[in-house]
Amino acid sequence: MKRFLYVIPLVVLIVVGGFATRQLIQVSGGKSVNILPSVLINREVPPFELAPIQGRERGFGSKDLLGQVTIVNLFGSWCVACQAEHPFLVKIKEQGLVPIYGIDWREKKPDAGPKWLAKYGDPYTLIGDDPHSKAAIAFGVTGAPESFIVDKKGVIRYKQIGPINAEIWQSTLWPLIQELRKQ
Amino acid sequence: MIRTLTVALMLAVFAPFAVQAVEPDEILKDPVLEARAREVGKQLRCVVCQNQSIDDSHAELAGDMRILVRDRITAGDSNQKVIDYMVDRYGDYVLLDPPFKAETLVLWIGPAVIAGLGLLWVVMLFRRRKAADGHMELASGTQAAPLSDDERHRLDELLKEDNA
Repeated sequence: MKRFLYVIPLVVLIVVGGFATRQLIQVSGGKSVNILPSVLINREVPPFELAPIQGRERGFGSKDLLGQVTIVNLFGSWCVACQAEHPFLVKIKEQGLVPIYGIDWREKKPDAGPKWLAKYGDPYTLIGDDPHSKAAIAFGVTGAPESFIVDKKGVIRYKQIGPINAEIWQSTLWPLIQELRKQ
Repeated sequence: MIRTLTVALMLAVFAPFAVQAVEPDEILKDPVLEARAREVGKQLRCVVCQNQSIDDSHAELAGDMRILVRDRITAGDSNQKVIDYMVDRYGDYVLLDPPFKAETLVLWIGPAVIAGLGLLWVVMLFRRRKAADGHMELASGTQAAPLSDDERHRLDELLKEDNA
């Protein structure tokens, strides 16, 4: 009995340490950077309607996402990680893999977003201007970039926190998109 | 006197830091609605700064959340409806005071259980010590059994050895 008592702290340490290590491995393995799991997964895109950015005729709203599998990508010209992600989004657009809808988040100046897109390329089917985080909060976003995969019925099926890269695209996003298209 | 002065000085220096982050242009004209907005804002976590309410945080997202809270309250939503709107999007994480339910059971009960186990351990330790003390009293007391002849003989031997 006494010996058993001495083992308890060790067991607690192993259990807690095990969970911590598992989380670390998942995060570093790029498998689940979803540290804050979105409560919106498998729920409909919250209704929103955004004005166009400078130089575009149309903004976009939740209704535009219906009837097709889409990626909703949240970016900002101030966001360094978005810059890192951008070439990959442009590649997706060039290959015509899946339409990407952009939310231009929290620009200080109305021409900041358009200038940034002119410089780095514009992969977006439609772009909405979100200077006051209306859509960002509707999507439960905490930072940029974040991307959502939305199915034909307008239901959010996946949330990608941080930049999309080739590895995540191959292992997770592209297989999911293809599967959702069959439904 | 000096203590009073020190406290007054510290208040004068540090009090401004405790002031809320709500910007003057955000404040609603209707004081009743504004009071409700503050009530809601106090309960909502700034999701990019871990342990501040949106009313305390200067983060831009917190500012936008404050504005949204005011928009919804002005539009006629109840306080609970506004809070539910945020929980719908950010989960329980957005609440500074996490709700009591199955997923948060460990969070709420855990510390009490650990404290209870600790207390139990301390009580057991004291009991054991008391029992040990009891034995010693018995050994030195008059009620202890007298030495047998054999024991007395061995004791004499030992004492002799010591004196030699």
